[in-house]
Amino acid sequence: MNTPLNKQMSTADVVARIKSGMTVGIGGWGPRRKPMALVRELLRSNVKDLTIVAYGGPEVGMLCAAGKVKKLIYGFVTMDAIPLEPYYRKSREAGALELLELDEGMFEWGLRAAGMRLPFLPTRCGLGTDIIKHNPSLKMIQSPYADGEVLLAMPALNLDVALLHVDVADKLGNTLNTGNDPLFDHLFARAAEACYVCTEKLEDKFALTADEARFNYFERYLVKGVVHAPGGGHPTYCGKNYGWDMDHLKKYNTSAAEEGGWEKYCDEFIRCTEEEYLAKNGGIERISKLRTPIF
Amino acid sequence: MTQATDCTLAELMIVACSEAWRGDGEILASGITTVPRLGASLAKLTHSPELLMTDSETFLVSEPVPLGPRGDYVAKFEGYMSFDRVFECVWGGKRHAMIGPTQIDRFGQSNLSCIGGDYAKPKSAVLGVRGLPGNNINHANSYFVPNHGPRVFVANEVDMVSGPGYNPARFGPGMKNDFIDLRVIVTDLCVLDFKGPEHAIRVKSLHPGVSFEQVQAATGFPLLKADDMGETPMPTAAQLEIIRRLDPHNMRGMVIKNNPPAIRPAA
Repeated sequence: MNTPLNKQMSTADVVARIKSGMTVGIGGWGPRRKPMALVRELLRSNVKDLTIVAYGGPEVGMLCAAGKVKKLIYGFVTMDAIPLEPYYRKSREAGALELLELDEGMFEWGLRAAGMRLPFLPTRCGLGTDIIKHNPSLKMIQSPYADGEVLLAMPALNLDVALLHVDVADKLGNTLNTGNDPLFDHLFARAAEACYVCTEKLEDKFALTADEARFNYFERYLVKGVVHAPGGGHPTYCGKNYGWDMDHLKKYNTSAAEEGGWEKYCDEFIRCTEEEYLAKNGGIERISKLRTPIF
Repeated sequence: MTQATDCTLAELMIVACSEAWRGDGEILASGITTVPRLGASLAKLTHSPELLMTDSETFLVSEPVPLGPRGDYVAKFEGYMSFDRVFECVWGGKRHAMIGPTQIDRFGQSNLSCIGGDYAKPKSAVLGVRGLPGNNINHANSYFVPNHGPRVFVANEVDMVSGPGYNPARFGPGMKNDFIDLRVIVTDLCVLDFKGPEHAIRVKSLHPGVSFEQVQAATGFPLLKADDMGETPMPTAAQLEIIRRLDPHNMRGMVIKNNPPAIRPAA
């Protein structure tokens, strides 16, 4: 059913709106809730020179491996169960990346400032560290009140585009994240000129109970496009839908140690359609049975 | 209390870690990775039941959850602690975390970002600064080091100061660093604290069979001896029972190379 507010798109439609040189925020956290269907489409594109803003997981490593990343704004890159992200490390150790390495909380503050259309938010996070030394663009500000305290003025992290993965969406751009932790995806949505989501389930138009509606974390006016992508978070952990795919992450990790490993990974998992990608990973049947990790 | 005679170094370190949270009151105890987490859990189950803890994911639990797959165990939730809430807790100072940095220097500054070479082109990229800048500037912190050596306890400042410490030169006029509160460092050789002059690092206790000289030789900067420097206590039978119940898959057995006994054989 097409309504005037039908925001359904394909992954290719979304990536067509991402231009080289843009600042792209990617939701999720480490190996959790990454919009991998959109990331894979980005990997298939000719887009380059991106500034990637993320609590980084394997998507950052993949974008680094593919040479898409000009600058990385981040607090970490990790796959948790495999702590060191191999392709991020390669790019980092080759000196191939411009960096704005931030405390996790400074990062949040930057997104919040952007969402509130403020130039900065003050914080103590980052004081006394080499973040200041390596980023002379970060400025301090003195409290105008009697305390006179000097704080770090964390600049807004304004995003051209935010890419998120949600559990359920409707074609109007309403979304639900039913996972136990909504992470910071809502802040990415607010910090961006345009936010695109991929979703496990797509409905025409939500008719929610109050209990269900509690899992809506940001408004549909922020969402410019919705892509139906079951398994679109794979190989990362996607709340109650599926856990991370350790077999896949291990294979990805191992590829980095092999000659031409990234090209082989791409041949198998990127240079194909999402349908083929899912089939190569045992289909949505297997993915939906991946157990969520227990810590 | 019966002291155990047959236990591992990791188990002794878990007990030493648990002491870090003694007397902290009602704050969030965050032990990151196996041994610190078991230490925080042990603290809550023994001397400090008022501590808040999470299931290491999203919920506050009234009883520490065992590590790994839990079988029939049902977590006892008492509240909620999403990542967003953790940051609010951090900024409010109501937390004592214990993490394992890649490098630590004499100021207690820590590094989890990158090692060697230039910052722009390091020899080894690690994780990134993560939450260390915010943790150290806001609340109590302790460190865990499973491989005490000069590559961890470096001679100069750490290669990329991620967690700030007691280095006044790094704070300009008007910057507030008095929430920095470094407590202890539990290593595979000893327990260190920051109670020397101007927060200098001291050996608080040596693990059984370890000498001060051995610790000093494994540390890139001069150490002090605590006036009452003694031996790190062996776990009691009751503590070991709790540790083994909390870690049914023996994940603690994989933390220290070759999982050595608590009492080191004479060299």
